[in-house]
Amino acid sequence: MRKKLNTVEEGTLLLSGNEAVARGAWEYGVHFAAAYPGTPSTEILETIGEEYGEIDAQWAPNEKVGLEVIAGASFAGARVLSAMKHVGLNVAADPLFTLSYIGATGGIVIISADDPGMHSSQNEQDNRLMGKAAKVVVLEPSDSQEAKDMVGEGLRISEEYDTPVMLRMTTRICHSKSLVNVGPRREVPVKGYKADIRKRVPIPAHARVMHSRVERRLAEISAWGAESPLNRIEEGDTSIGIITSGISYQYVKEVYPEASVLKIGISNPLPWDLVEKFIGMVDRVVFVEENEPHLEDSIKARFLIEARGKDIIPIEGELNPEIVRKALRPETAKKLTWNDIQLPLRPPSLCPGCPHRGAFYCLSRIKGSSTGDIGCYTLGLMPPYNALETTVCMGAAIGVLSGIENAVGREGMGKLVAAIGESTFVHSGITGLIDMVYNGNTGTVMIMDNSLTAMTGGQHNPTTGRNLRGEEAPVLDLEELVRACGVSNVRVVDPHDLREMEKALKEEIERDQLSVIITRRPCIMSYRPGKRSVASVDLEKCIGCRQCMNLGCPAISWEEDHPEISRLLCWPNCNMCVQVCPVDAISKDMGGLE
Amino acid sequence: MKPVTNVIICGTGGQGILLASEVLCAAARASGNDVKKSEVHGMAQRGGSVSSHVRFGEKIYSPLVEKGCADLILAMEKMEGLRWSSYLAPEGKLVACDLRINPMTVNTGLAEYPDVDGIMIEEELPVSLIPAVEIAEELGNMKVVNVVLIGAVSPHLPMEEAHWHEAISHRVPAKYLEVNLEAFRRGRELFG
Repeated sequence: MRKKLNTVEEGTLLLSGNEAVARGAWEYGVHFAAAYPGTPSTEILETIGEEYGEIDAQWAPNEKVGLEVIAGASFAGARVLSAMKHVGLNVAADPLFTLSYIGATGGIVIISADDPGMHSSQNEQDNRLMGKAAKVVVLEPSDSQEAKDMVGEGLRISEEYDTPVMLRMTTRICHSKSLVNVGPRREVPVKGYKADIRKRVPIPAHARVMHSRVERRLAEISAWGAESPLNRIEEGDTSIGIITSGISYQYVKEVYPEASVLKIGISNPLPWDLVEKFIGMVDRVVFVEENEPHLEDSIKARFLIEARGKDIIPIEGELNPEIVRKALRPETAKKLTWNDIQLPLRPPSLCPGCPHRGAFYCLSRIKGSSTGDIGCYTLGLMPPYNALETTVCMGAAIGVLSGIENAVGREGMGKLVAAIGESTFVHSGITGLIDMVYNGNTGTVMIMDNSLTAMTGGQHNPTTGRNLRGEEAPVLDLEELVRACGVSNVRVVDPHDLREMEKALKEEIERDQLSVIITRRPCIMSYRPGKRSVASVDLEKCIGCRQCMNLGCPAISWEEDHPEISRLLCWPNCNMCVQVCPVDAISKDMGGLE
Repeated sequence: MKPVTNVIICGTGGQGILLASEVLCAAARASGNDVKKSEVHGMAQRGGSVSSHVRFGEKIYSPLVEKGCADLILAMEKMEGLRWSSYLAPEGKLVACDLRINPMTVNTGLAEYPDVDGIMIEEELPVSLIPAVEIAEELGNMKVVNVVLIGAVSPHLPMEEAHWHEAISHRVPAKYLEVNLEAFRRGRELFG
């Protein structure tokens, strides 16, 4: 990995929210950080890995383990951070809810990167509600400067009040850049590990005491929060008082700069005294928040006020200045000069040269399909493959396949297989496979091993032989692991070898026993192609049968009666189109463009 | 100078939109502005539509440009330019690369690539189509298409030429600096 240590100690940098969190971790003395990649949170650990060598940082196999290892480091008195996407927090919820009782010896900051609008997620859950349920402090930044500052303030609150702190970001905060004042790193000593059974073993007798402490803690932080600069009243026109947080604050300031605003930076526990003061100051209250009515429900229930909120601000999707303007001041709406034009969408597709293409092409050819999982290969659902029918969460492909077999038997399952990436399998697919073995299921699991956590931009995982910093690491042997789970039929196939790939699928689906096919070929993002050989079509030979179009390769387009292969897009280390052409009209030559 | 300048850069995954918006932000900062930019990563990288909003001026709140408020749209692919055209302000300009990249839906025959040039004329869009691919080919480096386009939009923006040069110098490897500065100059000349 390219090392580009960030040694700037003062000045102003243009940073994304994620980069600002990494910067905050460095400046405020974080010792240890762990995470599993997940959009939009991934760049936090990547930036720490690339730029801030003083922080010990690592990828975890999943978010639960990530949170557990930072919990341990906190027990030993280190300042720690873990980052995850919103659904990652579901995986880490088990340690989180009890860690809340246990508290923090070294400061604990957990980043939840939510995805309103579902730019790259399967749901739109609002983790302010998770934070409230777990009874931890929730901080909400509204730009990169606040993201950095809140890492520092979060660590301080965590240590002072003995609580984990959640920094709740959203895609628009994580991936927007704004100016950040930076400073040097402040070293904080690691306190050292000291056993404290009453604090860290929540047997019921201890846990009851812990719970009382948690309730007291929340009341104290609420009172303190009314004085904290993280929550503030910006007094303006008092005929309207807008209560808002996170990115919504920026949209409010953009469209209604004169209004009085209560900007909430600590969304749990809410600063009741400050809220009461604000409500008393203004003639009417409007809540502007993305997704769930967290502020609205809590404040309405406490103060029994009439206020606008989710009746004018949508609960679904991401907010933007137009939506907020339309809700607050429709009379100022911009008159559009040019029309919206309906155009074909440009959905994502598997890259040229992607190893998953061979697997889905073959699955589609034998009229099979799959229960799917989370990763690039979810794109197996797209035409021309139409070869993926379910996705629930990380690791679910395997459990869902077993469940279908349990309900309707082998016959009813037909030619369904489970399709799961190697990183997702390690994350939480293994237990599903153990379940299949234990309970006598007979389905076929396809572990799509491209040796990279690819969807999130290409991160290492326990199967790749490298760690977060790009240093050598032990390689998890998937075949041995699968055999150890009790699977006897294990075969490894190169998914670019279409004949072998199809044969493996046919035979293993037919077999009335559980089997695992590991489709193994590296992701194209993980290496540079050696030669510039690209495919071209011999129009003399082409019969216009469209077989090559069934590959769904972005480099191949159909021009009237023949395919055309883009020399710019064609991936040199791939010859699947050459294999599928029944009349040898496609061949590779060395004419690729740089 | 206007209090806030709004720019949208759009195109498809892998076209260098990120670099273009970084260069624009750096040039805007060099001339003393507050700057925000916003883009969405993730699924968009797999050949999907990609866009970046850049806003600069005295004080910026929202990182997103409002519909009807873009002073400039820089499109690396022309249909993507059309997709964002309703964001243009009344006096706004659309500068688009004269390049067609088929979405997969068009390749697989589920959709047709529209007559983009025809629609642009019909809608009377304030558009300039730039032969940036041809210029990059002449310069012998296909990776500078985005910098040709930055050059082409630069006269529409309030930054000085020196700020652009500085911004580019900080963001491209030294051995490709000359070809990038040349690409910028060739683009800038188009409206010079």
